[in-house]
Amino acid sequence: MLNVALPKGRLGEKVYAMFEAAGFECPSIKENNRKLIFENKEAGVRYFWVKPSDVAIYVERGAADIGVAGKDILLEYEPDVYELFDLDIGKCRMAVAAKNDFHDDPQKTLRVATKFSNIARNYYTSLGRDIDIIHLNGSIEIAPILGLSDVIVDIVETGTTLKENNLSVQETIVPISARLIANKTSYKFKSEPIEAILQSLASMAKEQK
Amino acid sequence: MSIEESVLKNDERILFRLRALYRAHGYTQYKMSKFEEYDLYARNKDFLISDNVITFTDTNGKLMALKPDVTLSIIKNSKDGAGVRKVYYSENVYRVSGNSRAYREIMQTGLECVGEIDDYAITEVLMLAANSLARISSDYVLDISHLDIVAAVIDDLNVDGETRKALLAAVGEKNLHGIAELTQKAGVATEKAEVLRRLVMLQGSPERVLPTLKELLQGSKALDALDRLSRIISTLCASGCGEKLRIDFSVINDMNYYNGIVFKGFVNGVPTGVLSGGQYDRLMRKMGKRSDAIGFAVYLDQLERLYEDGVRFDVDAVLLYDKETDLGALMKAVETLTAAGESVTAQREIPEKLRYKKLLQLTESGVKILEENA
Repeated sequence: MLNVALPKGRLGEKVYAMFEAAGFECPSIKENNRKLIFENKEAGVRYFWVKPSDVAIYVERGAADIGVAGKDILLEYEPDVYELFDLDIGKCRMAVAAKNDFHDDPQKTLRVATKFSNIARNYYTSLGRDIDIIHLNGSIEIAPILGLSDVIVDIVETGTTLKENNLSVQETIVPISARLIANKTSYKFKSEPIEAILQSLASMAKEQK
Repeated sequence: MSIEESVLKNDERILFRLRALYRAHGYTQYKMSKFEEYDLYARNKDFLISDNVITFTDTNGKLMALKPDVTLSIIKNSKDGAGVRKVYYSENVYRVSGNSRAYREIMQTGLECVGEIDDYAITEVLMLAANSLARISSDYVLDISHLDIVAAVIDDLNVDGETRKALLAAVGEKNLHGIAELTQKAGVATEKAEVLRRLVMLQGSPERVLPTLKELLQGSKALDALDRLSRIISTLCASGCGEKLRIDFSVINDMNYYNGIVFKGFVNGVPTGVLSGGQYDRLMRKMGKRSDAIGFAVYLDQLERLYEDGVRFDVDAVLLYDKETDLGALMKAVETLTAAGESVTAQREIPEKLRYKKLLQLTESGVKILEENA
């Protein structure tokens, strides 16, 4: 039985549709109920929905054999897993944003508000810039407006929220998309179904191109 | 003295089996103190799995550390000389584990070979690694890679240090799309990038992978490395442990310390690797030693979860007695039960949450069964 951790929400539904098209369907998942785990014995697959930022943990610790997680999560938590495939969906970018009239004064320590402390730290270390990280858990955009921080490091999809709050992207750190990840041990001992999924996803991606 | 294996916990049992295995091959035990000067670790921070070390100041003012690693101590105390020094250890180490961000005591065992490392020494260490895994579980895999091959292929791409580091990380993740992206950005010719891509994709049993590798690789450095790898692996296969060997170039140990053959062992049911090792001549040079070295460590803390042997009872029998019970009769009753091979706890009252098979009461007429759980 192959355990698959899917990220809750729109992205996860898209991912399930891809897995279904790849021949790993599980009809019960579409029933509207409160079940947490969905199994299809014939296809040898079991799906479960988890919080998107938790997918990597489930996979790293082997509760799920494979899963789909955003590159942002992988960069932030650096789990010890195989990153097997870029699903090319859920695309956005990790970016530095600030007020439209922001001017970076390199003489001062830069105050950075973010949910992604590790990514922010790595990025500014690579630039050799001294920063003060302010870890927030949500509504990051409000921080520069209230003067809590100079800039934010966050995911930008369309940029609408930024625009409406007179903020703009200053720098793109890295493009983000959803990735298929696998637990290292599972990859050794359940290589057949994992390879099968990988192959079908790859050929589907080729067709679309 | 014979020890009943059943009283041992799983990790203890495995530890004893591994010790017997290493001793049989002439490895002697290396015993070290719990502390080491912090300086040793500060100089080789990247070699450690986590760079957090528990430190304290000794009475003479020296900064000491609770050892997070054994290999560095063994190297420090090794002398360049004739022959190969073969030692094994089983020690507790202290380091931050995983994402918990907290220190843990981790039982680790392993072995090190220091001296002139020839094909035989490497083959023997790999054989012992495979046999160590076999003693943990019959369902195991030993991934083997050769860092010189990976290094030669990446050198051939002619990329800057930053990209090289990122490429190595991508190889470790089997991240083919990442490799494509990085090589494209660095302006590497497609056919050269394809060699690295195929190297990462190549994985599996030696008999399948080795012939393909021969066609794929170019340059004397890579081919020499492949030659040695093939020679060693075919010897291993001939001696009967070939079935579980896999060639897998995603085994990337830090190239600042490791070189040559590196390997990682996995056991079905344990989510992370349980064995890790390789040749670390570069670390030896860094520490001012002329000798070469190879070794591996087995992480026993992971094995607890491996066997859910379903212990349902804490004790076979609870023997109840009261104030009036004759002390001699009680002692005798306990003795009779233990002699019959049952574990027994004599109590005035049943302890809370104790799981027992039988509840017995000692009365004047003898032992009476009050309750039996299947």
